[in-house]
Amino acid sequence: MSSSHRLFSVLIPIISVLLGLIAGAVIMLLSGYNPITGYAALWRGAFGDAYTIGETIRRSTPYILSGLAVAFAFRANLFNIGAEGQVIVGWLAAVWVGISVEAPMVIHLPLAILAAALAGALWGFIPGLLKAKLGVHEVIVTIMMNYIALYSTNEIIRNVLTDHKTTTESIHESASMASEWLGSITFFSRLHYGILLALFIAIIIWFLIDRTTIGYELKAVGFNPHASKYAGMNVSKNIILAMVISGALGGLAGAMEGLGTYGNISVMSGFSNIGFDGIAVALLGANTPLGVVIAAFLFGTLKEGAGEMPTGAGIPTELVDVIIAIIIFFVASSYIIRWALLRFKGGKSK
Amino acid sequence: MIDVLQSIIPTALFFSAPLIFTALGGVFSERSGVVNIGLEGLMVMGAFVGIVFNLTFADALGGWTPWISIIVATFVGAIFSIIHAVASVSFRADQVVSGVAINFLALGLGVYLTKQWYGKGQTEMVSQPFFSNDIPFLSDIPIIGPMFFKGVYTTSYIAILFAVIAWYILYKTPFGLRLRSVGEHPMAADTNGINVYKMRYIAVIISGALGGLGGSVFALTIASNFSHSTIVGQGFISLAAVIFGKWHPLGALGAALFFGLAQSLSVVSSSVPFLASVPDIFLLIAPYVLTILALAGFIGRADAPKANGVPYIKGTR
Repeated sequence: MSSSHRLFSVLIPIISVLLGLIAGAVIMLLSGYNPITGYAALWRGAFGDAYTIGETIRRSTPYILSGLAVAFAFRANLFNIGAEGQVIVGWLAAVWVGISVEAPMVIHLPLAILAAALAGALWGFIPGLLKAKLGVHEVIVTIMMNYIALYSTNEIIRNVLTDHKTTTESIHESASMASEWLGSITFFSRLHYGILLALFIAIIIWFLIDRTTIGYELKAVGFNPHASKYAGMNVSKNIILAMVISGALGGLAGAMEGLGTYGNISVMSGFSNIGFDGIAVALLGANTPLGVVIAAFLFGTLKEGAGEMPTGAGIPTELVDVIIAIIIFFVASSYIIRWALLRFKGGKSK
Repeated sequence: MIDVLQSIIPTALFFSAPLIFTALGGVFSERSGVVNIGLEGLMVMGAFVGIVFNLTFADALGGWTPWISIIVATFVGAIFSIIHAVASVSFRADQVVSGVAINFLALGLGVYLTKQWYGKGQTEMVSQPFFSNDIPFLSDIPIIGPMFFKGVYTTSYIAILFAVIAWYILYKTPFGLRLRSVGEHPMAADTNGINVYKMRYIAVIISGALGGLGGSVFALTIASNFSHSTIVGQGFISLAAVIFGKWHPLGALGAALFFGLAQSLSVVSSSVPFLASVPDIFLLIAPYVLTILALAGFIGRADAPKANGVPYIKGTR
């Protein structure tokens, strides 16, 4: 049972990705493009030279953290759709500290990163508290929190951080994660030290979930809150803690953009989608840290590679969004894939 | 004061109409036990279809174009929502995840096809949108006339009419009773010979139709073209209206009118003396904050249908 379970948890994401790519090829064929040219362009866009490889890693970095944010909450059976809002407030907080504080790097950079994590944590705390104390479903609250984050952030950028401008000034050098060294080995891509931080945090989260009492309690509460309560665990505390950590991870994803890639924040007309893509990353990664890291690189590759599709093959970049949506459908509908696999297996053994 | 109301109410009605249609769709879906986060995507699809149809057939259909456009968008929305129905009813997918995928898919497809057909990220402005008009006789009534019947869009009144029809269907017909019973206790409904899967499919498809209608009405009254930023959050505001309205069609109508008012205030506030001092930001986030407060029980308790979000698996206890 457990070995087939493990097999499925690896097979289902792989099959889903393949089905998504096949569906993408079918769409390309239907709209008169050559799928091979299309995917070749995507590959070049993601791995064509040192620069694109650097950019692919750069783009995957926030996905690792937003994916971890969603996955961590999932392990406690909470659905954090609010990663998007947490990314936005984290981004804002990081840039805010980056601009307004003057300090040597050893203090400034950790401070800015911490600010991002705290802002995200606050954005996770509110739905966590409402869930734990009043039983309010976290999905709706986190969705609403996304919009509050988006509009409030735009307002702060316009009226607090700048004088009615749409982009803030750049953060001080001492808060920047930009790396000349990483940039130079990847032909001046925007690759920054954030990737190291993201991978390090993935390891910490793995340790936290699989090797500590905290992680054990979170999972137990997720499986069965009543049994956990009976066993003496504080259910409310664990729900809030799960949302706070999840939110902090989302905030850190925002810091990757604010302190690494852009070094500033602009008024957004819509969502950054880093948090929403995090849902897909978490699902595809089966909510495990290792899975999330792999899925984040896959999504980073698809998104970065998509940039080459219009010039390389004349295909709109949005094809990749369609492919991602289809992948999510298949992962979500894993029941039917499992059913098909069992049919297939059963048919062979007879 | 009357001047203020005369400028606010038509604008509020104007902004509410798409929210009302979509929220009613949400009520049908969620009442049957299927969570529909995909309302946003359904609206995107509706807006896309409405605009494309309008651009393509404006010359041939003339003044009828916007009406036929929203009918076509309604049909396409219904068909598009079948994806959500298949995933969440038959494939037992997590309904929230499937809804998220609907949102991604609608926007991806919409912008992909826009680029494919028009060669750029946004369409032209439509030549045949809905126009506001004065309702004969009624608009001549003093005070009330200019408030409710002058410079209004027919679609706003259709939306309100739809809410009443939805209430009648859900609360006064056997079909509505079955639909609600499936969302409260599917097993009991199944025991009584109601086909749970069929009811849920129908409910999701109705929500797709109304979402498509809402999106196309938004596109043909407010936006007038389609791009990636045509529908930004209206679907989620509609979802908020469903909850704020306590999963009741007339409640959703009231909530949608209220959120429409909040949106319109941020537009007309500069011309209204006592609102000019309120920063836009509070009006912008009001619908979302209020929804959270409503859920938290500060504004009356909002309880979801019991089986909302739970896939029904025949034969389990």
